[in-house]
Amino acid sequence: MAKITMTVNGRQVSGVCEDRTLLVHFIRENLGLTGTHVGCDTSQCGACVVHMDGQSVKSCSILAAQAAGSSVITIEGLAQNGELHPVQAAFKAHHGLQCGFCTPGMVMTAVDMIQRHGSALDEATVRAELEGNICRCTGYHNIVKAILAAAHEMGGARQAAE
Amino acid sequence: MGVDGIGARVARKEDRRFLTGKGRYTDDMSVPGMKYAVFVRSPHAHATIAGIDATAARAMPGVIDVLDGRQLLADGIGNLICGWMIHSKDGSPMKMGAWRPLADKTVRYVGDAVAIVVADSVAEARDAAEAVVVDYDPLPAVTDPVQALADGQPQLHPEASNNLVFDWELGDGAAVDRALAAAAHVTELKIFNNRLSPNPMEPRATLGIYDAGDEHYTCYTTSQNPHLARLVMSAFYNVAPENKLRVIAPDVGGGFGSKIYIYPEEIVCLWASKRTGVPVKWTSDRTEAFLTDAHGRDHVSTVKMAFDAGNRITALKVDTIANLGAYMSLFSSCVPTYLYATLLSGQYDIPAIHANVRTVYTNTVPVDAYRGAGRPEATYLLERTMETAARELGLSPAELRRTNFIRSFPHQTPVIMNYDAGDYEASLNAAMAAADWNGFAARKAEAEGRGMKRGIGMSCYIEACGLAPSAAVGSLGAGVGLWESAEVKVNMVGTIEVMTGSHSHGQGHETTFAQLVADRLGLPIDSINIVHGDTDKVQMGMGTYGSRSGAVGMSAVAKALDKVEAKAKKIAAHLMEADESDIVIEDGVLKVAGTDKSVPWFQMALAAYTAHNLPPGLEPGLKESAFYDPANFTFPAGCYICEVEVDPETGRTKVVQFVAADDFGNIINPMIVEGQVHGGIAQGIGQALLEGVRYDDSGQLLTASYLDYAMPRADDLPSFVVSTSNTPCPNNPLGVKGCGEAGAIGSPPALINAITDAIGNNQLTMPATAEKVWAAAQAAN
Repeated sequence: MAKITMTVNGRQVSGVCEDRTLLVHFIRENLGLTGTHVGCDTSQCGACVVHMDGQSVKSCSILAAQAAGSSVITIEGLAQNGELHPVQAAFKAHHGLQCGFCTPGMVMTAVDMIQRHGSALDEATVRAELEGNICRCTGYHNIVKAILAAAHEMGGARQAAE
Repeated sequence: MGVDGIGARVARKEDRRFLTGKGRYTDDMSVPGMKYAVFVRSPHAHATIAGIDATAARAMPGVIDVLDGRQLLADGIGNLICGWMIHSKDGSPMKMGAWRPLADKTVRYVGDAVAIVVADSVAEARDAAEAVVVDYDPLPAVTDPVQALADGQPQLHPEASNNLVFDWELGDGAAVDRALAAAAHVTELKIFNNRLSPNPMEPRATLGIYDAGDEHYTCYTTSQNPHLARLVMSAFYNVAPENKLRVIAPDVGGGFGSKIYIYPEEIVCLWASKRTGVPVKWTSDRTEAFLTDAHGRDHVSTVKMAFDAGNRITALKVDTIANLGAYMSLFSSCVPTYLYATLLSGQYDIPAIHANVRTVYTNTVPVDAYRGAGRPEATYLLERTMETAARELGLSPAELRRTNFIRSFPHQTPVIMNYDAGDYEASLNAAMAAADWNGFAARKAEAEGRGMKRGIGMSCYIEACGLAPSAAVGSLGAGVGLWESAEVKVNMVGTIEVMTGSHSHGQGHETTFAQLVADRLGLPIDSINIVHGDTDKVQMGMGTYGSRSGAVGMSAVAKALDKVEAKAKKIAAHLMEADESDIVIEDGVLKVAGTDKSVPWFQMALAAYTAHNLPPGLEPGLKESAFYDPANFTFPAGCYICEVEVDPETGRTKVVQFVAADDFGNIINPMIVEGQVHGGIAQGIGQALLEGVRYDDSGQLLTASYLDYAMPRADDLPSFVVSTSNTPCPNNPLGVKGCGEAGAIGSPPALINAITDAIGNNQLTMPATAEKVWAAAQAAN
């Protein structure tokens, strides 16, 4: 057993878990943050994507112990002051979710994608970047639309701020 | 009509919780004292169990108990059942072999559960499960349904000689044979419909809680129909009396059919909770999902279609062998029969049809309904045959279809169904225009210049939805009625709760059902809550499958609303000293027509509950319930056109355009309908291009992970071009038909028709992998 401390959604948290505990299980079981999901056992589906020190990671493919001392953002930490993040808002506006199970991973992947590509994102790039996230409900059509819309809006907002 | 009423593109009420990580799925549930279960599963496709020794496992850290099938049997827990009786053509009933929730004597597929380990953590339960010693005597296995029917093959169940479950027929075989003999042309084809794994992204899970104080059971489960789960677990499996069993299906992460059925795990976890005295939670991992979730399709068919000299279809003869897997799952028998052969007329006026269906046991996981359930198999068979016939007859695919379209309604087919409304040519024309069919030749020539083979294919599908008129399905063998129920409760301040027996697992009922209420009463959508998925909150229900929630579930809400409105008008009329026939409900206000007198909705509601001034004899309160039993199936139909480019060097197919033109009748929320079509098409393209369950000859599942089973990813698919036309359904109060399955039904033949057009070889089976397409293209050269 190991005691692990990290910052999750801006708050320092600690928990005791077995050495073999994956980050996703630490987040779900120890911290009770059940928005991060487990959809497969081979690191393929991306339902468990979180941000660790500013980068998107599949939290099923990393031990909780490896994340000790890092700063993790989960889906619960994305909206600020009750206001949806632009990517969350775009998923809602463009019906980019149905059953909602892959959604947390999709949204966290999309935020990271937009941070890296900005408003230069095009459909082909979005589709290529979503290679590690599986959705069975939407056929990706509206997810792609939502991400492009969010990228446009966030890029526009950034330009306006500069 | 308010802005949030019927027909509006209302953003979903449920989205906020899903987008912020606040969804409540079964695996998210946690109760005090809860322990974790892992199942010990058979590694053999077929074996007898000589003994089970859990001594070492019980002694491992954190283990509460290990239970097996002998204890389950001793406690009187019943067999899993199939709920739809089918009789063979000789009159004998289907041969239902025993399916124990935990196998105690024989295992019949890899993944068959034999024991449950309950421990403090999943990891400890998993460790202990590996220490359970099961002494298996392996038996020969058979996985191919055609082979399983032959003499001398391994036998799965003593009841079913040659593994034949039933040999069933529908239609007039003699008339079909006469038409075939007299035909000007006969098109013959062999059709394989590949086996699929439904793969909702949320794996199945269950939490069983036994309360010894009240002798009461609670079952959280990933179900599309919690009331049906309660019924079956109490009436047939003897887990708990119905009045002592609460089933809750909270947020459910997709179903596609695979979460209709009651699986061994729900039963065993409830039972284990009583045996161990602790709440027991089990969550499937993805490998288990591939091994144990009911699969779909898996048909082998031959088809003969007869034409007269005017290219009109005169008869259709179909012979199908359907793989049911190792046991008969809950609805397995109706999928390849009444959900399949009854749709073999398609959109065409066919005077004579005969279908013979043999269903077969094999050493594979049970096969049951998967998105479309029988109707994709019928459509694939028919639309591949139509395309093949058009090529043989030298006609354009559209021309052959136009020649044979049904054009007047109602239309009685020779295979039970009575189509109520439709305009097939409208969908065909819309799809051809959207696909720029006429510009295809130029695009093909351009592609050839780049060394690519371009093809185009169409598919005109019909399906039967809105399952289903209870008396009709009862006469065909269904063990249940397929009505739906609803309650509409007007709270004291006029806000509304709707309790529905439909279950949303992605379809957006919390929004669309609220739109109906908002439309009828003119109330803001935020004042309307939709409650579903809990047998303690919702009176009764048959759940969601077969695109039935709009046509049946929402019709039940409409019927309850009729009663609510009638009573509200009585109260308002009394308050305003008017005649109730003069009261109209508009924009959340009850008005006396033609006057300036009005009572706001909330004031009427308050009056209903204060009961200080009600009409004489009227009960206080405002809450009404209704059961709605549909008069007929509904018949969504449409035309799909797919355009592909095949790289002849690699065989890789790229879907360059996909057009869908559907007729779903009236539409409640076009945004949600489009989403349903997108998702269905993706699953259909998955079936046609990528997905296929494969067992090896010994019964080991070769495709048990996302590394081995090719799920459609974003970069496998294009954006889709979708549109709808509307012939309202005349048989339900809303005029809706259902849209959940169309995409998966209509798309596979369009895609295979396009690829075979591109490569000039009609011999191609699904999934059309690059290897197969390359080989077929080579063979055509």
